[in-house]
Amino acid sequence: MAEHKLDPNKWITLYSDYLFNYTITRVSDREIAQDLVQETFLAGLKSMTNYKGEASERTWLISILKRKIIDHYRKINSNKGKAEVRMSYNSDSETEGDWLEERVADPFDKTAEDKIENTELGTAIHECLSKLPEKQAKVFKMKTILGHETENICNELNITASNLWVIIHRARTAMASCMEKNWF
Amino acid sequence: MSNIKLECHEANHICDKNQYKEASFLEKVKLTIHLIYCRACRQYTRKNTKLTKLVNNPKVQALDATAKEDLQNVFERELVKQQQDH
Repeated sequence: MAEHKLDPNKWITLYSDYLFNYTITRVSDREIAQDLVQETFLAGLKSMTNYKGEASERTWLISILKRKIIDHYRKINSNKGKAEVRMSYNSDSETEGDWLEERVADPFDKTAEDKIENTELGTAIHECLSKLPEKQAKVFKMKTILGHETENICNELNITASNLWVIIHRARTAMASCMEKNWF
Repeated sequence: MSNIKLECHEANHICDKNQYKEASFLEKVKLTIHLIYCRACRQYTRKNTKLTKLVNNPKVQALDATAKEDLQNVFERELVKQQQDH
C-alpha cells in the first residue's frame, strides 16, 4: 500500500502558488511560469497511474515541473542558436572609452550567495504559508504578496476591516515565528 | 492628551498597519513612544519588520486570483475528461 495518495481536486489550491513561485525564480516571466505550472498539473493528471507513492504529492509535482522547465529552456535555446549574436561594446556615449572591465556588474552588489538565498526564499515563505490555516494564508497572501487594497479584500471575502487586521496579525505572528525557525 | 499612551494590542495593530504603510503620522508617533518603554512590542515590531522585508523581496511571488481561476478551470475540464476515460 502506498504511503502517499494523490488527490488532484486539491492540487490547485494547495500547490499552485508554491509551484508558481518555484517556476518564476527560474524563468522570470509571469506568463511563461503560469503556462509551465498549468502544463505540470495536466501532465501530473495524465501520469497519475505512474505515481508510486514514495514521494509526497508536492515533491512529485515539483519533479514534473523541473522537467517542464528544462524542456522550456531547450526549446528557446534551439531558437537562439539560429540567431546571429551581436555584441556592441559601446551602446551609449556616456560610457564610451571605458574599459570593458569597468562595465561588468559590481561584484559586491550581488554575490552568488545572495542569489541562492533569493531563489530559496520564495519557497520558504510558501512553505510557511501552507502551514497556516487556509483563511489566514489567503488573506496574508492577498494583502502582503499580491498587494491588494484592504477594502477590496474585505469586499471579496465578506469580512470587516477590523476582522481583516486580526487575521493579518495572527498570520504575521505565525509567519514570523515560522520563518524564524526555517530561515534565519 | 491621555490617549497618547497606547495599550499593547493597539500598538501591535498600528505596527501591523505600518507594515503596509497604512498608519497615520499620529499613529506612528504614538507607536514610537510606546516602543520606548515596552519591550515586548519592540520585539514584535522587530520581527514584523523583518518579515515585511522578506516578503517584499521580488523573488516572492504568488498567482493572482484570476490566473488561479483560469488554471482551476482548465484543470477541472481535464479532470472530467480523465474520469470519463476510466
